Amino acid sequence: MMRVTLWGTRGSLATPGAETARYGGNTSCVEVRGADGTVLILDAGTGIRRLAASLPPSLRRVDVLLTHLHMDHIQGLGFFPPLYDPEIEVHVWGPASTTLGLRARLMRYLSPPLFPVNLRDLPCRLTLHEVPCGDFDLGMFRVSSALVCHPGPTVGYRIAAGGEVLSYLPDHEPALGVRRFPHEAEWTSGYALASGVDLLLHDAQYDHHEYPERVGWGHSAFEHAFAFAALAEVKRFVPIHHDPAHDDHEIDRLIAEAVSTINPPFAVIPGTEGAVFEVGPSAR
Amino acid sequence: MAQREIEVILTRQLASYLAMPIFIVDPAGALIFYNESAEGILGERFEETGEMPASEWATRYAPTDEAGAAIAPEKLPLMVALDEHRLAHGELWLRGRDNVRRHIEASAFPLIGQADRFLGAVVIFWEIAS
Repeated sequence: MMRVTLWGTRGSLATPGAETARYGGNTSCVEVRGADGTVLILDAGTGIRRLAASLPPSLRRVDVLLTHLHMDHIQGLGFFPPLYDPEIEVHVWGPASTTLGLRARLMRYLSPPLFPVNLRDLPCRLTLHEVPCGDFDLGMFRVSSALVCHPGPTVGYRIAAGGEVLSYLPDHEPALGVRRFPHEAEWTSGYALASGVDLLLHDAQYDHHEYPERVGWGHSAFEHAFAFAALAEVKRFVPIHHDPAHDDHEIDRLIAEAVSTINPPFAVIPGTEGAVFEVGPSAR
Repeated sequence: MAQREIEVILTRQLASYLAMPIFIVDPAGALIFYNESAEGILGERFEETGEMPASEWATRYAPTDEAGAAIAPEKLPLMVALDEHRLAHGELWLRGRDNVRRHIEASAFPLIGQADRFLGAVVIFWEIAS
């Protein structure tokens, strides 16, 4: 059993305001908590600040799994209190580039002038890990990562606990690299990460009118996200990484329109900030 | 079903959009794609041939030198790139499946992905006007 909480569902830029209050204005951040107390944090967008306030005081280790280093996925990192606690072991997982390691890439943000504190001066017990690096175990979770279609080195994660599986692909354009999308699983980015999962959290940033002008930007149109979920035969699909220009009513409309048009063979649950999902036998 | 590496997916996508003939093989040398421009030189459509092992494509188009002597598979630029993980260039003659013999130049390079993963090789070839 794992408990998944959405702390940040907005893409690209934090978007606070009354018109985005329900889906939320904080950028990408998801908490995955295991029955054994293991805490995984998927991306460190601005949602990580509220997440941190919910962590148990007894926590001594936390793993932050970054999909990539675009600002909306790391901006909250400097405001994550465990980084300033010498009693806590913080492991940050993320992709290197072809020329720079993860540490050097993170230091571009966590150093002046963009941030007042240097990465090397953080008092926590910090360990950095570069992904993809094959499957690895974190507490009760088995984690797989793989590069996916998005500008710059970007991974998606597949997280399994027992027979229950979550896939997290917040920035992903699966329609880009395949000629007959969504009909060629072998040639579809992210397919192996999402195949057959119980819960898929996936990029659904654009509507179908917006997408043609943004092909190659690394995000999905709603219809593509739904098609990808169908190809992967997921059980539950949660659209996330909402466009900053889309208010709550617009996202409601886009989801309703996609569900009505596609009639998907899986459950669709709106990706609202604060939503909690149980992934486990009792959730089926 | 297994999924291709993202670098291979994007390489195929790029090839499918380019007007230069491009031929892509996996780390074992098996053909996984050639584009429409390559179809014109090879004399058959990829949809008709599909994927094939190196032992097949390396002789299927009867590569020869100028004098008509067969070129050993391991001497083909694509095989050099694949075997030795380096750039390779050569001039050769191919006989397409349309039975037309064409004089081409070929430049091949290994496909090295993130974290130095070896993902196969790519050859770009050019017909030399006679």
